[in-house]
Amino acid sequence: MHEWALAEAVIAAASQIAEQEGLKEVTEVKIKVGELQQIELDILEFALSQLKPAKFKDAKFSIELAKAELKCRVCSYKWSFKKEKMDENAAEAIHFVPEIAHAYIKCPKCGSPDFEILEGRGVWLESIKGVKQEDG
Amino acid sequence: MVDPRTSIIDERMRGIGRIIAVSSGKGGVGKSLVAATLALTLAKKGYNVGLFDLDFTSPSTHIILGIEGIRPKEEKGIVPPIVHGIKYMSIIYYSGEHVSPLRGADVSNALIELLSITRWERLDFLVIDMPPGIGDATLDLIRLIKNIEFLIVTTPSQLAFETVRKLVSLLKELKIPVIGIVENMRMNNSKTIQQQTQKLDLNFLGEIPYDPKVEKAIGNTDNLLNTMFAKKLEKIVEKLWHNQKK
Repeated sequence: MHEWALAEAVIAAASQIAEQEGLKEVTEVKIKVGELQQIELDILEFALSQLKPAKFKDAKFSIELAKAELKCRVCSYKWSFKKEKMDENAAEAIHFVPEIAHAYIKCPKCGSPDFEILEGRGVWLESIKGVKQEDG
Repeated sequence: MVDPRTSIIDERMRGIGRIIAVSSGKGGVGKSLVAATLALTLAKKGYNVGLFDLDFTSPSTHIILGIEGIRPKEEKGIVPPIVHGIKYMSIIYYSGEHVSPLRGADVSNALIELLSITRWERLDFLVIDMPPGIGDATLDLIRLIKNIEFLIVTTPSQLAFETVRKLVSLLKELKIPVIGIVENMRMNNSKTIQQQTQKLDLNFLGEIPYDPKVEKAIGNTDNLLNTMFAKKLEKIVEKLWHNQKK
């Protein structure tokens, strides 16, 4: 249920943005979730629905899954993260702290652990839409 | 795109009385031993204490405390297990025996992740074992944790103290409180570090003589707390926080 903690972060960040933008009502929140973190999307959605404050009452939360693309810093080889190829404990560790991938994953071509996570790391707030407060 | 994690860190830290980053200019000065023993000493005195090992590439407090085979609980985030009376959090739960070669940006990301998902709840003290120097972890903590304070460890070596000067200069510039400087592994009666600390207008918290028994006590907290090293540190704790509420 560490998805709950991430959902809290999404709600906190979205609330701050809504406040800054002067939104009286939020209608849509777009979230991007990286495959590397193997988030349980239904738990994330449930947590968001439970945590949303009044301003988000009618907000639609759309979650897009981003492929995890890795690139070796030594030989420039690019590859995608595949959970199925991972040991269960390693996959779980990466779920909590995606950077731990460097302890378990090596470049399939040259064997280096020095790779970059190009895309698909964690949870991102992509955009929020809403109705602005009227002036005065 | 916005990284939502930094928005929740204040909330996660809300229940913590004092956040003490045990830091040093360079490695090998006994910073992790001071951090772990400080946490144990505060817990022994009845405080609610957390210990967070942020030395991600070379974590060692779990070895000092003899922690093995323990995992945090998952409950709407990560709940650090209580070991030897301390809520203990380390990347070691996830990296295990594996090497974790992290670059600066990865250190930042892992740090932000753990800060945003770890539920410390109410603590009197959170002691942080920092990586040495002025790297990403130090800069991130200064950026992300509002009421952080630094406790700096040095040895009598001028090499160690020169790097402390740089760390202190950065912290002063950023207006981050420095509790003071502990001189560890003192081998003689020289007062050089004490004088130089005072020249920096900082508190000299005390000296801890080099104690060869510490090495043998690693992994056994009872033995560790019985060393002269721990007794000296306890005196420093008593002087610093005798009025601290529980």
